[in-house]
Amino acid sequence: MKLLKLVPQDTNIKFLKLRVPFFILSLLLIVGSWAAVLTMGLNYGVDFAGGQEVRLTFEEREEAPVGELRQLVGDLGYGSPVVQEFGAANAVSIRVPLPEEVEGTPGAATEIGNEVIAAIDGEYPGVRTDGNETVSGKVAGEFRQSAVLALALAMVGVALYIWIRFEWQFGVGALFALFHDVSVTLGMFAIFQLEFSLQIIAAILAIIGYSLNDTIVVYDRIRENLKKYRKMPLPELLDLSVNETLARTVMTSLTLLVALLPLLLFGPASLFGLVAAITAGLFIGTYSSVYLAAPLLIWMGVNSDSFVPKETEADRQEKKALGQL
Amino acid sequence: MLEVPLWKKIALWAITLALAAAAIPSLISPAVDGMFADGDAPQVNLGLDLAGGSHLLLEADPDEVTAQRVENMEEAVEAALEDASPAIEFGDTSRAGGELSFMLDSAADIDRARAVLEPLMMGEGLRREWDLSVVDGQRMVLEPTDSGKAVALNTAMEAAVEVVRTRIDGLGTREPTIIRQGDNRIVVQVPGLEDPEQLKELLGETAQLEFKLVDKDALPTSVQAGIAPPGSQIFPYSPESNFAGGFEAVERLGGIRGDSLIDARAGIDSRNNENIVSITFDQQGGQKFAQLSTNNVGDRFAIILDGEVISAPVFNEPILGGSAQISGNFTAESANKLAIQLSSGALPVPLTVIEERTVSAELGADSIERGLIAMLIGSLAVIALMIATYGRFGIYATVALVFNVLILLGMMAIGNFTLTLPGIAGFVLTIGAAVDANVLINERIREERKRGRRVVTATENGYKEASRAIYDANITNFIAGALLFQFGTGPVKGFAVVLIIGLATSVFTALILTKMWVAGYLRAKRPADLNI
Repeated sequence: MKLLKLVPQDTNIKFLKLRVPFFILSLLLIVGSWAAVLTMGLNYGVDFAGGQEVRLTFEEREEAPVGELRQLVGDLGYGSPVVQEFGAANAVSIRVPLPEEVEGTPGAATEIGNEVIAAIDGEYPGVRTDGNETVSGKVAGEFRQSAVLALALAMVGVALYIWIRFEWQFGVGALFALFHDVSVTLGMFAIFQLEFSLQIIAAILAIIGYSLNDTIVVYDRIRENLKKYRKMPLPELLDLSVNETLARTVMTSLTLLVALLPLLLFGPASLFGLVAAITAGLFIGTYSSVYLAAPLLIWMGVNSDSFVPKETEADRQEKKALGQL
Repeated sequence: MLEVPLWKKIALWAITLALAAAAIPSLISPAVDGMFADGDAPQVNLGLDLAGGSHLLLEADPDEVTAQRVENMEEAVEAALEDASPAIEFGDTSRAGGELSFMLDSAADIDRARAVLEPLMMGEGLRREWDLSVVDGQRMVLEPTDSGKAVALNTAMEAAVEVVRTRIDGLGTREPTIIRQGDNRIVVQVPGLEDPEQLKELLGETAQLEFKLVDKDALPTSVQAGIAPPGSQIFPYSPESNFAGGFEAVERLGGIRGDSLIDARAGIDSRNNENIVSITFDQQGGQKFAQLSTNNVGDRFAIILDGEVISAPVFNEPILGGSAQISGNFTAESANKLAIQLSSGALPVPLTVIEERTVSAELGADSIERGLIAMLIGSLAVIALMIATYGRFGIYATVALVFNVLILLGMMAIGNFTLTLPGIAGFVLTIGAAVDANVLINERIREERKRGRRVVTATENGYKEASRAIYDANITNFIAGALLFQFGTGPVKGFAVVLIIGLATSVFTALILTKMWVAGYLRAKRPADLNI
């Protein structure tokens, strides 16, 4: 049987030749992403903003009356609701933000929720309520806090591990690559105003995990080659390492992609955000491992001595003693 | 690596098959499941987002608990000072700011009062629960200590969990989960419940029932104006009662609290077809009630629920049997609700719903179906890709993948973990990522072969050199997953659970199992070349 070879053997692509332009591009992506997050803001779902989200299916209709619903719920006086098609043409999700003045009142979100459902039930008797989520301002605040904490701790935690297992330069490189991945993902959510919920935090943590997976595979090969080819110039050695692991990088990205795509296309609507974020993160993470994590090592002065035990004072004395003999 | 001792082979197969077998009960559809009566074998729990149901997060206000505690302390202090001989006179009592303060009539009594009150300040195990201080010579201030507050909150929450459980059981729903969370929260999950309105109403009221004598001497006009005669208190009528908008003045002391009930049932009064709740007192409460009714035949008493008067009937005759009926313009539903609330006892502290998530069973079933289809297609695509790329080694990876999914499911069943919708995404992610280990190994074997190493050496090196990166990557992934588990809630936690267990199972199947199979193949066939 002739086996499939996705990447020809002995590739010798000069990835690192373009390291400066790509590094500048990455920096621009990071800055642009944060600019988007800060100016446009994230479209927080009920988890983080508090308020009410109800999901309805209009079983007797082809299409949900999106405009009418917006009017109906808006008339209740709790600010303008977000009404979106959800999964099917006759299914919608209606999100009502929590008015600022009641954010501190624990039961307020539930009361508003009851009112919204009652109003819709009154107007459209045939509607089926698929789901209802109500989050008070206090709980939403706690979610925001723990989300930031989880992301920060995850990045620092894995960077520390890499520092222990490799060298400090590798830890910094991995941390920077992760920061890039998280930033760009956040930027995407800001630019496209996709709903940002707890699930997306889960997605970002998964991205951190898989981006790091790539980084580690490349770093592991760099470490191995550093010991093997003591005289090779570093850019050349990095190119060699990336090329040697290229077949694996492509194959793994591809298997993840073919596993995720059906979920993205046919999976439940409520998973779309999570799966879309991870799928995008797959590309971002692979890119950052090759174009950020590896070149950063050059600029931080990694060399073949990094993994060779340093000559200690005792060694030198011993040598001296031997020389004198 | 070719030598795998027999005991090791047996051990590996035993672990693999035992864990995979644990997945079987979860895979059998519920229709067939009926044959295994009661389902003794552990199964994977479905989260509410897949099974349908309601999740409520309830919170108690710690200040309410403290306020109640101060109120109880006031009664204890009153009793203690009056019992002293001679009685210690005091007045100007205040409960403002979460502390109790009062003025002794004579500064000379300070030391005596201190001696009488000091025992009340200590809790169990000589823990100081109150600080007693004297200001301006004769004003005594009692302030609960932090540890006293914590103990009170803990006791109140423990009792609240029990009350919540009894009330939900009264609804007749199946298998509710009720868990205390943090200092002052309770998580309630009721599978299958799609309209949590009734549940919220049931839990949203403390149901503190009181019987108090109506103050006969109060002038109706001043009661309506909210002016209470000395020694009395004014309560409004409940909006659902026959006298909504009205008020009743009742005597502050000498009433009976509803905590002395042992049973409450909804029923219908045969005389006028009115909905009623009949209650049964415990022995002590029954005696008190008999005494109260005997001493006050012909007088009215108010039935007060959570600070609102339900009705204020007359004691027509002494009530000696230890049971009574409450009427108050109930519907069948509200009578039933009150009966459940009263028989569960009062909530020691009011609870507020601060988070609510409800998913219908239809949507849950739809999610499972779509999730499974996507998982199936994804798995087939991954398998096809692996076999096309690595041939025989791809088949090993595929079999390992199947065991991986089974073992993951089995371990979730054994550990009694909950599978949520994001958890399904976690499964798909695990399927995609588990083969990474095999990709790393197989690519490495290809490389080693290309460099001219012999078959066995190349395979050995492949496993050895790739293991480093595989372990490093899995440990860092574990760090991210553990943090997600720690800080995530509900469905997201389900994602973390699948990821974390999936890391362990995939190392086992992709690295350890395939190594055993590859070794077996190399030993049996001794191939001169590898098609990889």
